[in-house]
Amino acid sequence: MQALTNKSIAVNRSPMTIWERLYLINIIKGMLITFSHMFKKQPTVRYPEQKREFSPVFRGLHVLNRDEEGRENCTACGLCAVACPAEAITMEAAERQVGEEHLYKEEKYAAKYEINMLRCIFCGLCEEACPKDAIYLSETFAPANYTRKGFIYDKNDLLIPNTLTNATELAKAKGVEA
Amino acid sequence: MTLLAFDWAMIIEKLILIVIIVLTTLLITLYTTFGERKVAAILQDRPGPNRAGPFGLLQPLADGLKLIMKEEIIPTSASKWLFILGPGLAMTASLMTSAVIPWGTEIHLFGRTIELQVADINIGLLYVFAVVSMGVYGIMIGGWASNNKFSLMSALRAASQAISYEIAMGLALIALLMSTGSLSLKTIVADQVTGNWWNVVYQPLGFLIFFICAMAECNRTPFDLPEAENELNFGYHQEYSSMKLGFYLFAEYVNMIMSSAIMASMYFGGYDLPFFDESTVAPNIAAIIGVGTLLIKIVLFVFLFMWIRWTIPRFRYDQLMNLGWKKMIPLALINMLITGAFILSKL
Repeated sequence: MQALTNKSIAVNRSPMTIWERLYLINIIKGMLITFSHMFKKQPTVRYPEQKREFSPVFRGLHVLNRDEEGRENCTACGLCAVACPAEAITMEAAERQVGEEHLYKEEKYAAKYEINMLRCIFCGLCEEACPKDAIYLSETFAPANYTRKGFIYDKNDLLIPNTLTNATELAKAKGVEA
Repeated sequence: MTLLAFDWAMIIEKLILIVIIVLTTLLITLYTTFGERKVAAILQDRPGPNRAGPFGLLQPLADGLKLIMKEEIIPTSASKWLFILGPGLAMTASLMTSAVIPWGTEIHLFGRTIELQVADINIGLLYVFAVVSMGVYGIMIGGWASNNKFSLMSALRAASQAISYEIAMGLALIALLMSTGSLSLKTIVADQVTGNWWNVVYQPLGFLIFFICAMAECNRTPFDLPEAENELNFGYHQEYSSMKLGFYLFAEYVNMIMSSAIMASMYFGGYDLPFFDESTVAPNIAAIIGVGTLLIKIVLFVFLFMWIRWTIPRFRYDQLMNLGWKKMIPLALINMLITGAFILSKL
């Protein structure tokens, strides 16, 4: 059979010489190889103390965005839920009442907004679908939890801290997420 | 009242010595398991256990605690007393070797001369040989009493392996005996201390054979067929749990330390620190230096064991038998012949 490339190396099937059959030399060779590994750099990232940086396009945990006046952007249009291939997002819409203008940007808002992090595949399609810049994928990942329920993130978990009333917390959150 | 005309202080002295040796051995063993994991990790470019305590130094305690906390299971179809006896026997047999190892010269304390050897018996080498062959009983009884096919297969393998390699080991020892002219380990070490070269210079082939056989007797990789994970699940300790399993695993490390100590004593001068004249310092300090030297030699041997384990894959069963019967035994016989020829030419 003709070889496709010239990269292949023929296996040497000639009978072993007396030195090779003694094995000892080859064993010592092998042991020197393992010994040399003692001085090699370990690629290990010592996780809790040392974190590997995410790539700039990393898609992590979702955040619900606010505008510059600290009002929620989300209008509960449901486009993210429709776009979601894993059907992880559920929401309930509500109408903004008089006197709630400082809370919600538009007349309709999400009364309930839940993402099941066990279903979510972090594809970022919700982010792409959102017409109101309300949902973004941040640079952290969902931390471990003891129960399945703990992985259903509601609005309180997802909303970023209010820019105006809670500036320090926002900075802190940003610092953690950076 | 002839019974009371006995050196009772010696009994106490020996008892204390035994307790110290056994406890130290167990402590060192504890850290050998840690050392094994660290060596394995470093040879594989990993950091190894480093979470429990500084540098992971508390890891062996955590491991031990975990083993103790596990549920103790005795299978219903197991032969109960033999099942319990197995691990104890394995441990006892491996600890018994320590009795004849000369750990140092002698210490002068409270006007008494205390020898750092539990028993200087004139058949030291034979005793070692006998105890080593007892080690297989722990494995065999455990494997048989588990009433599990894998365990039984593994016990059979262990027995045949131990028997095969004991012959070559014994022949290597005979060659050593021929060149030293003594069966007492104390005399063998003392001969190496006083000016002579270490026995490894006279018996390089014998040492190699003994080393390989020791590895086989300890069931260390590449000779760990009795616990071959990929074909026998876990071998003879498959049915064991909790501290009974711990004893088996521990016995392996004790075996390793003991065979290192034996090899250091028989071939590498025992407590002899090379290029150092012990008579220039106080006898007590010389004895302590001697003990330290022997411990360092043991650690080096244990490292060699580990280094080999993490380099060489396991033998196939037929390869193991080939090596044992067709290579080691003829080699040991040739070694004996060469030794005999040398002795004759010197006469």
